[in-house]
Amino acid sequence: MEILVCVKRVPDTSENEIGVNSAGTDIDRDDLVYSVNEWDNYAVEEAIQIVDRVGGKVTVVAVGDSESEEVLRREMAMGANDGLLLSDDSFGGSDGKGIATILKAAVKKGNYDLVLTGAQADAGAGQVGGMLAAMLDQPYASLVNSIEIINDKTLKVGREIEGGNQEMNEIQMPCVLSIQTGINEPRYVGIRGIRKVASVEIPVLGALDLGVSSGSVGSAGAKVKVQDYFVPQLGKGAEILEGSTEEIIDKLIELLKVKGGLK
Amino acid sequence: MAQIFAYITHKGGAADDTAFELAAAAKKIDAGAALTAIVTGTGADLNTVCNALTAAYNEVWKIDNQALAYPNAEVIRKALVNILPTDGIVLLPHDTFGMDLGPGLSIKMDSAFVADVVGIEGVDGTTLKLVRQEFSGQVSTHVTCDASAGAVLNIRPGVCQPGEIKPVGGQVVDKSGSVGDLAVGRKFLEIVKAEVGDIDITKSEVLVSIGRGIEDQENIEIATQLAEAMGADLSCSRPIVDAKWMEKSRQVGTSGQTVKPKVYLAMGISGSFQHLGGIKGSPFMIAVNKNPKAPIFQVADVGIVANILEFMPELTEKINGL
Repeated sequence: MEILVCVKRVPDTSENEIGVNSAGTDIDRDDLVYSVNEWDNYAVEEAIQIVDRVGGKVTVVAVGDSESEEVLRREMAMGANDGLLLSDDSFGGSDGKGIATILKAAVKKGNYDLVLTGAQADAGAGQVGGMLAAMLDQPYASLVNSIEIINDKTLKVGREIEGGNQEMNEIQMPCVLSIQTGINEPRYVGIRGIRKVASVEIPVLGALDLGVSSGSVGSAGAKVKVQDYFVPQLGKGAEILEGSTEEIIDKLIELLKVKGGLK
Repeated sequence: MAQIFAYITHKGGAADDTAFELAAAAKKIDAGAALTAIVTGTGADLNTVCNALTAAYNEVWKIDNQALAYPNAEVIRKALVNILPTDGIVLLPHDTFGMDLGPGLSIKMDSAFVADVVGIEGVDGTTLKLVRQEFSGQVSTHVTCDASAGAVLNIRPGVCQPGEIKPVGGQVVDKSGSVGDLAVGRKFLEIVKAEVGDIDITKSEVLVSIGRGIEDQENIEIATQLAEAMGADLSCSRPIVDAKWMEKSRQVGTSGQTVKPKVYLAMGISGSFQHLGGIKGSPFMIAVNKNPKAPIFQVADVGIVANILEFMPELTEKINGL
């Protein structure tokens, strides 16, 4: 089976506190640690496990600048066979549809039975997979948390729905699936694995190579644009307990007693 | 402004809570708009839902078709593309169904798409000004959406409260004949119900709930000891279940259990909306997190900025000494 997995380089929220820069034009990007989007990592693991079972090849693709190469290499160290970087100055400022347009062009250059994306990334939109499927006229299922291969044309996929329930579907290939975390346990990648793929060449395709017109992607093609960033105020905010740890614990225990939190 | 449509999800003859929330969202886009609800399904339940919606929607488009008996987003997308004007504004709930439907629908309608809208600030001509969040709610953004050729907006459940409904006396319009061919490459098979765990956290009065801040499976013991000292039950957020450290039945959130405790201790939980969506009944919420910017501090009643791995053992010791 030929599988393409779309991955994104994102600020690692387990390593960083995300704040807003002083001008409010972006998040504060000073000293951020980046990594592969967590959902995408599960998608790559799933693709590798499928190919381990039935044979085939896993290609990882990213839209981004040259720094995205490091996440492609990381996923190749996990076991993805090939990497592909889609990079062009005109891609900057793309909205979800722009990213899907770029990825669609890359999908069309290959012969993939299955395209996987993470269910969502840093912006929390969860949109690229569904858009890509619609552009390709292929079936789509989102939030997939199990994949079973029925035959070379059909998959049985579980979707995670509300309340911890699972919605089972049969889906025809070629198709696009967005992968939910928890579907598997992504393997650990050691420094050795990364070294092994350090010198593997990763092809870079630009707008011309892909046949993507500049008006359809980037900020020029974007109907949806982020105007500014700010720190949200959802509720009135918590009363922050201050003082020494002992003082805080004493206050907390008093509160727990009043509110019925101690039995 | 273009015509505004809301797709209504329903179950067992009752419209989802989001049905009236989407009507409230539509009024924020255009206070004077005539609203249209679209409801798909089959049989008596469908009629019941449609009739109930005429209170908030001027028109209720009913689509009765056996192929729509289960809400398969792929089938519904085909039906919607055939009946909607391409410049319409379509509102969907941002839940596991809306996430399945919205992105692809926007492509087929060749319109703009905005996911997980948490605020609607206004309209300037055909440009919508919306509020979203990124990084699990750590930062918010103002977003503009060019809706001149239509738009699909996924609205986060719970953010547009309907308030009192002034009945508009709408009418049901049967659009069943207009949906065209509904053949798709994805077939719904069945729902597999969540496994029942050893403890039913939906009945717990006091929950100690742990998140990523627990760092390691071995540290769960620290939280277990605190829960025991308090007479509380132990629950968790999604990453703990993804890591297979605790059972799915202990997960609080929209994709896990919906809990209604009196007191909720969020330990090392950042507070994504999916997690908060699983906490009902306004419990007294205490959040402990080492990140002072964690979104959980905005919704908690009391916050403590601390490393839970150091804080919990001290709290346990003190409670045991009472």
